[in-house]
Amino acid sequence: MSVEKEHKESGFVRFLRATEVDTRLLGMIGALVLIWLGFHLYGHFVNGYGAFLTPRNLWNLSVQTSSIAVMATGMVLVIVTRHIDLSVGSLLGFSAMIMGVVQVWILPKFLGLGHPMIWPITVVVGIAFGAMIGAFQGVLIAYLNIPAFIVTLGGLLIWRGASYLVARGETIAPVDQTFALIGGGPYGTIGAKGSWILGILVCLAIILLLFNSRRQRKKFGFATRPMWAEILIGGVGSALVIGSVMVMNAYPWPKGIIKKYVAANNIDNSSGDLFISHGFAFPILIALAVGVAMTFLATRTRFGRYVFAIGGNPEAAELAGINTKKMTMLIFSLMGALTGIAAVIASARLKSATLALGQFDELYVIAAAVIGGTSFAGGIGTIYGAILGALVMQSLQSGMVLIGFDSAIQQMVVGCVLVIAVFLDNLYRRKSV
Amino acid sequence: MNTPTEQPSASPATPLPATPLVEMKDISISFGGVHAVDNASCSLYPGEVVGLLGHNGAGKSTLIKILSGAYTRDSGSIYIDGKEATIDNPRHAKDFGIETIYQTLALADNVDAAANLYLGRELLTRWGTLDDAAMEAETRKVMNRLNPNFTRFKDPVKQLSGGQRQSVAIARAIHFNARILIMDEPTAALGPAETEQVGQLIHQLKDDGIGIFLISHDIHDVFDLADRVVVMKNGAVVGSANTSDVSKDEVLGMIILGKCPPGATPGPGASSD
Repeated sequence: MSVEKEHKESGFVRFLRATEVDTRLLGMIGALVLIWLGFHLYGHFVNGYGAFLTPRNLWNLSVQTSSIAVMATGMVLVIVTRHIDLSVGSLLGFSAMIMGVVQVWILPKFLGLGHPMIWPITVVVGIAFGAMIGAFQGVLIAYLNIPAFIVTLGGLLIWRGASYLVARGETIAPVDQTFALIGGGPYGTIGAKGSWILGILVCLAIILLLFNSRRQRKKFGFATRPMWAEILIGGVGSALVIGSVMVMNAYPWPKGIIKKYVAANNIDNSSGDLFISHGFAFPILIALAVGVAMTFLATRTRFGRYVFAIGGNPEAAELAGINTKKMTMLIFSLMGALTGIAAVIASARLKSATLALGQFDELYVIAAAVIGGTSFAGGIGTIYGAILGALVMQSLQSGMVLIGFDSAIQQMVVGCVLVIAVFLDNLYRRKSV
Repeated sequence: MNTPTEQPSASPATPLPATPLVEMKDISISFGGVHAVDNASCSLYPGEVVGLLGHNGAGKSTLIKILSGAYTRDSGSIYIDGKEATIDNPRHAKDFGIETIYQTLALADNVDAAANLYLGRELLTRWGTLDDAAMEAETRKVMNRLNPNFTRFKDPVKQLSGGQRQSVAIARAIHFNARILIMDEPTAALGPAETEQVGQLIHQLKDDGIGIFLISHDIHDVFDLADRVVVMKNGAVVGSANTSDVSKDEVLGMIILGKCPPGATPGPGASSD
């Protein structure tokens, strides 16, 4: 009995080694599946209707996750270098407020309402503004040696207060119509055909990457994965992509929107069963693009290598000739720019800039990074982990809303999950090293 | 008689050039009122091994960290090839061909051997991205020469043994055509066989004309390898001597009592009696 079990385990270990799949990644996907199934089944049996695993909810989940996911990718680099950024929520609110002022109060005066240049100028201003504030905080941390915890704790209060001053607490609305599309909604998607094209392109990219890495390894005579493992990874990856395309396409436009669309375009919908798919929403596409870019930055560039070296041993990095102060400044500036992107998504989704925008986001962002395996001891963390972490956090949040937990319990659950996640992480590390 | 630039008479077959590779003159640094290094001077010629000796806390590591750019001196000057050099950070030191193997090894524990070897000097592809495959291939070559048993190229260096970590640090220091090599307690973490290997390596580097500072608190590590010793006590230089002119016991006397034997050139830290 025990012999058989041992044999089975070693088979699993062999499988992991051959595919080079990270056990932590598997664990996170397992947790995600449990959460999704749990909420769905709870809804099914207790409330009589399982609302979680429906195209509509999964589509909403993808949109809600985006802004946190974008910031979490930057938080990974911040925490990897043994810092923290508590100001991202307030900075998101401040950037959104600045963008609101630019596109609602300032630009229409010069360009006219609805001018096509309003949204790009606004986006650039928002991201540049975030990067600037991030760089300013980074300078205080790196060159004046004020701990990041203190600088960004100050920022948490200062930027929230500053966004109040900008508009004296008013909500700035409505934002530019094109700008609002960035936040998703029925029109803010790439539709069924676009989603299929994107899905197929991503599948091709997966195959190309696998092929390329195999060729590189062969060129230098390093060990390669067995062929079956390559095919399995490519197959599972492609299946996930195609699956998500199908789910996103299975969520139709609401009847009201269709009615307006039919009327505006003189389409015959006499049968009343016109089905227009949402497909991937812009926010999730932005988040994925940021994820790819940040993964590239973290793993394929000098900048990323230095981030991890500084996190592993700051003194050694300095002695190796890395300008650690400049790196710290750049990392916080990057965090600020990503917060600017998140502010674009969040305020576009809300179609306005409000005073409360981004409140408590810093906690979700930090939780996402930590659940995704970023270690506070420094030097360890992955971008994909943080994005999955953001998805876990948002799944918990919206799942609890769906099954009707009240917000006091929601907060307590999120807090518990964060603490337990770090505990499990410690266990995992102790075992693996 | 107090000039630190006198010609050492070791290895008479190859006369040493008149200009020292490194000359540190009247270096001082203090931390919060403690004079860690006080008016210390020393020099190093190409192909010479200078042992820097002294008790723990004598100031030898601090003096050498000023040369490697880890600390910035309060006063004094450094000459490289006879020209005054500005060394304010580790990047400057590397530009002068000064490489250091630190006592702590100064490795980034969370990344692999290749990433540590090339830290700060990564090989890039023509797209400007990290060329990990090329770096790993080069690292395999270097490590094969230094430590043929080394096979764990994919593991973060924190998972390696003390000796393996040491060989990564040594590989990093010698791989980039160092002209001046500083080894701070290079054999502290090593067993007898590996210590022997480091000794051979030092001979080989010396033959290539590299100047080496060998720092140790243990005279036995150094005496057989060094051409010359410089002894420090309480932050000051007790004196320097060619290893051919003094005995081990006399050097021990310099380390413990600060007493300069007749074969040595006394420094400002020599005891007066």
